[in-house]
Amino acid sequence: MITEQMKQQLIDIVGAENYDDSKAGRIVYSYDATPNFQSIPDAVIAPRNTKEVSEIIKICNKERIPIVPRGSGTNLCAGTCPTEGGIVMLFKHMNRILEIDEENLTVTVQPGVITLDLIHAVEAKGLFYPPDPSSMKISTIGGNINENSGGLRGLKYGVTRDYVMGLEVVLANGDIIRTGGKLAKDVAGYDLTRLFVGSEGTLGVITEATLKLIPMPETKQTMLALYEDLEAAARSVSAIIANKIIPTTLEFLDQPTLQVVESFVNIGLPTDVKAVLLIEQDGPKEVVERDMKAMARICREQNAISVQVAKTEEEANNLRTARRSALSALARLKPTTILEDATVPRSQIANMVKAINDIAQKYNVNICTFGHAGDGNLHPTCPTDVRDKDELHRVEQAFEDIFAKAIELGGTITGEHGVGVMKAPYVEWKLGKEGIAAMKAIKQALDPNNIMNPGKVFAKSTRKRVVITR
Amino acid sequence: MKNEHHIQQQFQARMNEDELLNCMRCGFCLPTCPTYIESGFQESHSPRGRIALMKAVVDGLIEPDEDVERSLQLCLGCRACEPVCPSGVRYGHLLEEARDIIAQHKTYSPIVRFIRHIVFKQLFPHPKRMRMLTALIGFYQRSGLQTLVRKLGLLRLLPSHLATMENVLPNVPTWKQMNERPTHVEALIPRKRRVAFFSGCLMDTMFMDINDATMKLLQLVGCDIVIPEAQTCCGALHGHSGEKADAKTLAKRNIEAFETLDVDYIVTNAGGCGAFLIEYDHLLKDDPVWAERAKAFVAKVKDVSVILVELGFHEQRWRLPNQMVTYQDSCHLRNVMKTASEPRLLLQSISGVEFREMKDADRCCGSAGIYNIIEPDMSMQVLDYKMEQVKQTKATTIVTANPGCLLQMKLGIEREGLTNVRAVHLVELLLEAVEATKQMNKPLKQIG
Repeated sequence: MITEQMKQQLIDIVGAENYDDSKAGRIVYSYDATPNFQSIPDAVIAPRNTKEVSEIIKICNKERIPIVPRGSGTNLCAGTCPTEGGIVMLFKHMNRILEIDEENLTVTVQPGVITLDLIHAVEAKGLFYPPDPSSMKISTIGGNINENSGGLRGLKYGVTRDYVMGLEVVLANGDIIRTGGKLAKDVAGYDLTRLFVGSEGTLGVITEATLKLIPMPETKQTMLALYEDLEAAARSVSAIIANKIIPTTLEFLDQPTLQVVESFVNIGLPTDVKAVLLIEQDGPKEVVERDMKAMARICREQNAISVQVAKTEEEANNLRTARRSALSALARLKPTTILEDATVPRSQIANMVKAINDIAQKYNVNICTFGHAGDGNLHPTCPTDVRDKDELHRVEQAFEDIFAKAIELGGTITGEHGVGVMKAPYVEWKLGKEGIAAMKAIKQALDPNNIMNPGKVFAKSTRKRVVITR
Repeated sequence: MKNEHHIQQQFQARMNEDELLNCMRCGFCLPTCPTYIESGFQESHSPRGRIALMKAVVDGLIEPDEDVERSLQLCLGCRACEPVCPSGVRYGHLLEEARDIIAQHKTYSPIVRFIRHIVFKQLFPHPKRMRMLTALIGFYQRSGLQTLVRKLGLLRLLPSHLATMENVLPNVPTWKQMNERPTHVEALIPRKRRVAFFSGCLMDTMFMDINDATMKLLQLVGCDIVIPEAQTCCGALHGHSGEKADAKTLAKRNIEAFETLDVDYIVTNAGGCGAFLIEYDHLLKDDPVWAERAKAFVAKVKDVSVILVELGFHEQRWRLPNQMVTYQDSCHLRNVMKTASEPRLLLQSISGVEFREMKDADRCCGSAGIYNIIEPDMSMQVLDYKMEQVKQTKATTIVTANPGCLLQMKLGIEREGLTNVRAVHLVELLLEAVEATKQMNKPLKQIG
């Protein structure tokens, strides 16, 4: 509950135009891109600078008002759904690129900068920021850092975590701290930067970030390998890695996903094959050509029925765009679309693909699979209907089995989408009781009043582990 | 309160729940929404936010209060969110339904009620009255009254955007000209297609020159043209303003006027009208008598640019004096009729034209039917952005494909004081090229 007095204090900080507690204003920040989650906040606030963020948090800490920092609300774990009410904090005013440092190869940004705008800005200077989540046209850097977002280029270049060098963070008590910096080497104290990356807004509010840039790769090639057999495609992924080639991108799409994506993009994707791999390599021309040839050969050895190299950048870009639209395009099939991002070691990708299909059959649900196969990060997606309670229950069971299987294969319950509310009941499966206790101790130390995005990451109760018999 | 309860019931009964659920809130629509951007990234002024609000009304989470109404009202209806929606949500249909429900329950002030009645019921559905109104404007323009009004500074009594609008109205045809419209014209070369021309209400009065140019071009590429007299306003204005019942009546009259004609296509030259015509099947989907007839009608609707490309207009050698040209998409032509490449292809085929794509050419110009009159602030904000992009191209000719956009571009030129820039409809420029080419060829022949 926010009293009139608290409201007035908050308005005094940000101005009346940046505080909204109208019903409509609150409803439009009651959700993110996660299906079946909605919860209406008490108010929405848009601070204009770090000082205002700090002042807001001080009030919230004193009055025990939950704060949910929110970028563009594209996350898939209900991480920004204000499940315990409180204040949704927006960064629409804090959306400037502060500096591109061409000598140190860094960029310093405010959290509200749109990922793709950042990418374009640095590319204009011949520099490269690799993390490219599928939502990069919409997502903010602040959101990416809090979720530790991955993307299509993750296989070769890593994820957001690998590019965050320094942060400015407002803690739950209102303190403003700076971690890391432009330094390639820095061991002064704990690596708090890494702690905040992927913390989903539960430890503090990120108000500025210094990110690492690398030189733009000279060339890039894209190809599509087609398969009549799902597992052959998955085996190709492991074979490519085992042959010591690390492509930029190694994406997997199965037939149902291909069909629905094609109906959106209309670029002539093959819809009559069982699976495709979208493969990209970048770097010096000779290396790219050599790797592409080798990968084409490996794919053929694994029974790819055809391997086609994109002839133009436009064609390549169409293929990437098609892949990025996969999740939302799957939403065409049924009113509700539930997806997961179970991740396994790369060597296990074929086993995981097979397990997903077996599990889908076992529970009689339709699961379409696509994902960053090269990372071992798959997105099994289930088109369903929230109104069909029986099916929804089977979908939940199927996904529990998938989580369990992923862990059994040495994997994890989430590769890049985060825990949020959605996967909180399963975190213990991965981390164990002791792991959760260690995380809780950190949370307790930094946010004793539990105002920072409460209800996320930590579950009220853990799901009973399903034992899979093989 | 009772009224709001009734609106809520109507939302539950009439809003397509599957379509609402189909939005998976991925946010892919956000970067394309002009009002989201211009409102400083307010979710309530984005497609995703508006759908959430519609759904919240259906779910009973919110009364359809004035904020909900404001959110739906401020939407331009440009539908740029639809082509980018991977889930294929038909946002335009949701918006239209929601606006209709709200409008039917709204108690407008007597003056607004009077204006709505005149515009929707007494004016647009009646071609003769449209001609009379245009004739009055013509009298105003030609009699010296306009000069007098301007000299006396009476326009200052109007809000500034309306005063500027007065300034950019085209010189309208006379009563006599408007009453001597052809009903049939023949191809100038051996006939390739037989088409029907949807002449429109504003297009056949205030913008008659554009209609004439359209027909001349169609004749030139081998079309016999029928222009049925029984046709009427397309109903877009009604549909977008929450007067769906009237829109349906007009749709039926048009289907009747065209369905008996033995033609290959029904040609339009206004993106706004064309987009509404091409969705008659959706408008009448629940009407057992009309649903099938609407489908047959819809299958034939094409923009003039598509026909011109199909019949090879762009393969001929047209010339214009050297000029920099840019193209502003008509939102409905692009997002609903899916016609975007043809106008560009036609422009690029003319030698002498240097075509420069402006940034965000596919973003709405803020005209949006009568939006620029009822939401001047947002409309002008959207227009200012547009004109910045126009200036960047250094174009001297802005081409559009819809009368509303054309007027808005002229308004933008006037506001920015761009004296060396003009705005024309695509067909006007194409006809200009045809005529210029003839002129240029003449002396050459004499020499030869």
